[in-house]
Amino acid sequence: MAINGKDLISLKNIPAETIKLILDTAEPMKEIIKRQIKKVPTLRGRTVVTVFYEASTRTRTSFELAAKYLSADVVNIAAATSSVSKGESLKDTARTITSMGADVVVLRHPMAGASELLARTVDASVINAGDGAHEHPTQALLDLFTVREKKGRLEGLKVAIVGDILHSRVARSDIWGYTTMGAEVRLAGPATLMPPGIEKTGARVYNDLEEALEGADVVNILRIQLERQRQGLFPGLREYAVMFGINRDRLKLAAPDALVMHPGPMNRGVEISPEVADGLQSVINTQVTNGVAVRMALLYLLTGGAHIEAAY
Amino acid sequence: MKLLIRGGTVVEPVDGRMLEQDVLLSDGRIAGTGRNLSAAGAEVIDASGKLVVPGLVDMHVHLREPGYEAKETLLTGARAAVRGGFTSVACMPNTNPVVDNAALVSYIKNTAAALGLARVYPVGAISRGSRGEELAEMGHMKKAGAAAFSDDGQPVADAGLMRRAMQYARMLGMTVISHCENKELSLGGTMHEGYVSTLLGLKGIPASSEEVMVARDLLLAEETGCRLHIAHVSTAGSVRLVREAKARGIRVTAEVTPHHFTLTDEAVVGYDTSTKVNPPLRTAFDVAAVKEGLADGTIDVIATDHAPHTIEEKDVEYERAPFGMVGLETAMGLVWTELVVGGVLTPLQAVTKMTLHPARVLNIPGGTLGAGAPADITIIDPAASETVDPSLFESKGRNTPFAGRALKGLPWAAIVGGRLVMVERRIADSLE
Repeated sequence: MAINGKDLISLKNIPAETIKLILDTAEPMKEIIKRQIKKVPTLRGRTVVTVFYEASTRTRTSFELAAKYLSADVVNIAAATSSVSKGESLKDTARTITSMGADVVVLRHPMAGASELLARTVDASVINAGDGAHEHPTQALLDLFTVREKKGRLEGLKVAIVGDILHSRVARSDIWGYTTMGAEVRLAGPATLMPPGIEKTGARVYNDLEEALEGADVVNILRIQLERQRQGLFPGLREYAVMFGINRDRLKLAAPDALVMHPGPMNRGVEISPEVADGLQSVINTQVTNGVAVRMALLYLLTGGAHIEAAY
Repeated sequence: MKLLIRGGTVVEPVDGRMLEQDVLLSDGRIAGTGRNLSAAGAEVIDASGKLVVPGLVDMHVHLREPGYEAKETLLTGARAAVRGGFTSVACMPNTNPVVDNAALVSYIKNTAAALGLARVYPVGAISRGSRGEELAEMGHMKKAGAAAFSDDGQPVADAGLMRRAMQYARMLGMTVISHCENKELSLGGTMHEGYVSTLLGLKGIPASSEEVMVARDLLLAEETGCRLHIAHVSTAGSVRLVREAKARGIRVTAEVTPHHFTLTDEAVVGYDTSTKVNPPLRTAFDVAAVKEGLADGTIDVIATDHAPHTIEEKDVEYERAPFGMVGLETAMGLVWTELVVGGVLTPLQAVTKMTLHPARVLNIPGGTLGAGAPADITIIDPAASETVDPSLFESKGRNTPFAGRALKGLPWAAIVGGRLVMVERRIADSLE
């Protein structure tokens, strides 16, 4: 069984059964990662190209390992060292890559909509690995996978997402993913970092962080970019840490077994205190492992999912 | 040389008449209107079933020459104009170099006149280089034939400079056309700020970016007594501000583009860069307010803000693409389909906002079929329909989100100075 559609650009309008299929498929993939020999022949002869217009060691490596564990050939293109720096347009770069026979293109781009533009241009499957402030669907899928793994379910859970919602592609994908799977999403952060109309997604906006944390089963903490402070979007990091930073005391407001999540990289002492980041409730490292499993599942499903038995 | 337009419904905006009449044109002027006119030796055009209206005037276009000829030239722009039924256009000065002196005003006027297509009225810049620092030579430009003043494309950020520009323009008896945008509020934005920008992850341009400048310029117009024209009104708040200002007796007029009364920010879903315009496409609430403003007379003029760009410039990531869409060749159909068929405006009101009102704002001839007026006429076929096909455009610009849209009510013929320049969407020089 494969998922419908050629690409994965956004989690909006992805039905619950498709998300469930991806998460279910990621489970045996995680088993592969745990083996001593982490390689199956599932995608042998297939080519995956990662194109990163933004630096991101974590996501790029995660995709690269996912592809390699499935025996695909992987090529990484970093925009700074490619023709892009010579002024080549995204569409021309894409055409070049597909002319070389790529089956899947993984794109990270600083501008919203770039992966949609790419998907319209090329025959290869396009996976959005983060486009501007739009979406980061694989991050959300690994979040969902991690929560389901730890909690046994997604439906009915209370998920608090805290921080810079305005610029967060993770938050947007998370909102669609969680609400589709029947979880309640609460958003908290400075008013200047809250995008207009976000409550129309079905998420609830809290002005009071502590209210948002009350009884939460999951606390997903977003990275604060220092650049936003320089843009004057909030008064200062110290004030941010005091008003919106998650520390041990604040975490006590959440459910006793609440999971602490962060898409990384973290600013310790700003949005998250070190004892929370490294505490017993933190599943931040598990998220990283699960990221590989979920991306393996996606590569497998998007390329047709023809040899699942080989993966087992 | 005589031309007799027979059997059409003549629309005369000056006194609001719509009568089935003939129109006789002679030596580049309108000789008269009436029933059963006959003129020996006149070429006869059968306009039965069609509307015969004063030549359409688009007071807001970008013809890109000099400097950006890859996007458009005076020739391709003038051809696009007449294909769209426009016999007169006013072109904005944000070319390269900026039209901020008499020589450039003359260049545009003379070059366009030699083409023998639409009449082209250059708008001169308010400030030198449209940099918003010092006044351009407005007096010289008026003498050379500038129709109005504007730094369109850029707001005049310095209120002191805008105030002096209005004082000076008032002395000259000229209109200042204001591109209302507060750059601090719109900074980095590429579409309307709202739920859709949130979904798409694009930085938004709030309605307040336009409205604070509309409010400022209305206050300055009130203080200086200058005639102020607000370009491309896009928000409900701007409509309200203009309505209130008019009620207070401020000398203000306002325009709206076909895309702002037709599309909402939902059109940006999918990141089609032809929907990237400044001001941005707003919400359904704003579109309703703009239509209400058109209906109640708050908005006087329909203008296209025709802004052609090359395919290479637009075929990129949304945030990277330049603002602007073409409008000359779809305007009449959108007005008819959305406003007339849509029940917002009567045919007479629609025609008035595309002829008499812009002519009055610019203080140029046109907008009437009265005897002695220049023989600029557009014949509209309300029954005609077409599916928008950008490959047929005369404009170099193909950047339209209306491709594939079915439109009713099309310009069937255009006459400039008594000469037939367009029939059935074909330019005269390509006719048999």
